[in-house]
Amino acid sequence: MHNTQALRAALLSLGLFVLLIGFWHLATLPKAAEDAGVSAEYAALMGSANQSDSGLPSPGMIWETIVQQLSDPFYDAGPNDKGIGIQLAYSLGRVLLGFALAALVAIPLGFVIGMSPVVSRALDPYVQLLRPISPLAWMPLALYIIKDSSTSAIFVIFICSLWPMLINTVYGVASVKRDWLNVARTLEVSPLRKALQVVLPAAAPTILTGMRISMGIAWLVIVAAEMLIGGTGIGYFVWNEWNNLSLSNVIFAILMIGIVGMVLDAGFGWLGRLVAYRE
Amino acid sequence: MPIFDNPFDPDSHLGHGCSCGRHRSQAAHDQASASPHPQGEEALTDRLVETAVVQAFFPTDVSRRRFLSTVGAGTALAAISTLFPLGAAKALAKEIKGPLEKKQLKIGFVPITCATPIIMAGPMGFYAKQGLEVSLIKTAGWAVVRDKIINHEYDASHMLSPMPLAMSMGLGSKPLAVDVAAIENINGQAITMHIKHKDRRDPRQWKGMRFGIPFDYSIHNLLLRYYLAEHGVDPDKDVELRILPPPDMVANLRAGNIDGFLGPEPFNQRAVYEGMAYIHTLSRDIWDGHPCCAFGVSESFARENPHTFAALFRSIVAATEYAHKPQNRPAIIDAIAPANYLNQPKPVLQQVMTGRFADGLGNVRNVPDRVDFAPFPAQSMAVWILTQLKRWGYIKGDVNYRQIAEQVFLATDARKRMAEMGYTAPASNYSKYVIMGKSFDPANPVAYVNSFKIRRT
Repeated sequence: MHNTQALRAALLSLGLFVLLIGFWHLATLPKAAEDAGVSAEYAALMGSANQSDSGLPSPGMIWETIVQQLSDPFYDAGPNDKGIGIQLAYSLGRVLLGFALAALVAIPLGFVIGMSPVVSRALDPYVQLLRPISPLAWMPLALYIIKDSSTSAIFVIFICSLWPMLINTVYGVASVKRDWLNVARTLEVSPLRKALQVVLPAAAPTILTGMRISMGIAWLVIVAAEMLIGGTGIGYFVWNEWNNLSLSNVIFAILMIGIVGMVLDAGFGWLGRLVAYRE
Repeated sequence: MPIFDNPFDPDSHLGHGCSCGRHRSQAAHDQASASPHPQGEEALTDRLVETAVVQAFFPTDVSRRRFLSTVGAGTALAAISTLFPLGAAKALAKEIKGPLEKKQLKIGFVPITCATPIIMAGPMGFYAKQGLEVSLIKTAGWAVVRDKIINHEYDASHMLSPMPLAMSMGLGSKPLAVDVAAIENINGQAITMHIKHKDRRDPRQWKGMRFGIPFDYSIHNLLLRYYLAEHGVDPDKDVELRILPPPDMVANLRAGNIDGFLGPEPFNQRAVYEGMAYIHTLSRDIWDGHPCCAFGVSESFARENPHTFAALFRSIVAATEYAHKPQNRPAIIDAIAPANYLNQPKPVLQQVMTGRFADGLGNVRNVPDRVDFAPFPAQSMAVWILTQLKRWGYIKGDVNYRQIAEQVFLATDARKRMAEMGYTAPASNYSKYVIMGKSFDPANPVAYVNSFKIRRT
């Protein structure tokens, strides 16, 4: 029963894919040449002969781009032209650095806030005020203060990763079962031991959920930030190909962003299952 | 030779006789004191310049000695350097290549053909010839260029020629003194219209349309406003001007969000190449020889690194003069077309750089000076830009046109260095221009601004 369901789902997925590609292909068929009355030289100077009506590349052109880009993903032809692998590595590096810094701040801070109702109430207005600010709104301020665009991008990742991790840590720590805390109190364990051996394992799944959300947001934001600051990274790649009006490369980059985002999310999902505790 | 005495030494004597007055001649004094003297031609020149400057600051030797013994030589040197660019004066006096203060430079550019000399100087070795190692960094837009110059992330950058004026005056950003060392290109822009407007060639029919421009402080904005106003269309009231990066202009034109744009190449030709636009008029037909982009450095960089600045200037001027010659253009296209630089199809660049192009209306046109390259930063260009910034209300209050122009556009400096390199610059820093049949005299900027019927003053 379960197997036939999986098979039907897979067939439906495949069918949708074929349908999508088919429509795409039909919509982007090259238009008929309309060169009545123009000289051969004029026609040669106009590039429109191999253009489609909508300007969108056809699935075949995308496939060619994918094959060509992935055949040499790590080439380096100067500061403004690097392979997709190198660009993704730059973006991932920035995301992981900003994310790690945010985790270093958010998780200990979340512990303190979660374990102390007074601190929690005192910091709550700040968290509520700062949380809804779009990460990119920090960009001009960061550039102005930090005076370095690459560090500013990392800062933007830091600030956007901070809140989900902080709020989830607070929630996870605050909702540890009273019984367990009471047992710890009865046994007179030290506060540090209580934090590491009672609260942390109990709150770990919630904390990891926060980290997973943060990573998702960070991966969303880095593309926009890199389009703004330029230089390196997948966001810059999108911008550079947009500058060339090369939509097939832009679509290729979008696919890569999706795949990397999916892998990152799956990684945190796996980590989350690893620390989950079943009663 | 008292002239080579250290003028920052309170015990030295810059006048006649020996420095302390106790010896009959300077030679006798030197033998007695064996005070250190500068060695070598360069050190001697430095000393010469320092002496001239210090003498200018302190007309009498008594005042100089009193000042130096009070504050000390180091403080005096620092104080004088803030008032007078000693480093730059020394570099100017030498006329020879001194040691470069900074060899590895970061130069920003926006990927358009206006940046041709700045870009090609990398792959074609113009920077290397001057001993510079330059990383050319592609930049997403003009506001980012401005911010990275303010942050000192870039040592120098490709800029729109009105930008250094705006930045120096603090328009739209915090003020930072920026110098225009050289102009990059002249001409090379166009008004491009959507193909659906091909029967509306008269700008009077354009009321209610939307146009793209790349930046407020751009020659594009000023030329489009001028062109529209000359045809009786008020650019603030009758049409909408939207700031868009050039690739977005092409995409927005396709989507019908804008009706036309005055933008840099290769995007005018690219829009034609994509089959959805025609070139309405080339910017050379509005003002033949107008400046577009400039090579800008922050004044502090030029002051602190006079030799590097001079080497950079030589590379850029040599590249610009090289790009001026039509026979060099095919090699330049090969150098700048790759993804590392402009990232554009070669047929588009060829049409821009050779001036033999399809206009989108079925004609092949031949305009060899469609884009040209000339480095001399005439101050009259700056005055014209300022008159238009004033005209459209970007500058409020009175403007000291000449003072700002002379402070930002380093024309005298450029002429001197160009002469050293064997290039001829115009004899004067100020020229008169005829723009759409109306003459502009840089000597009367106020009258010029007030002569326009459509203006915001």
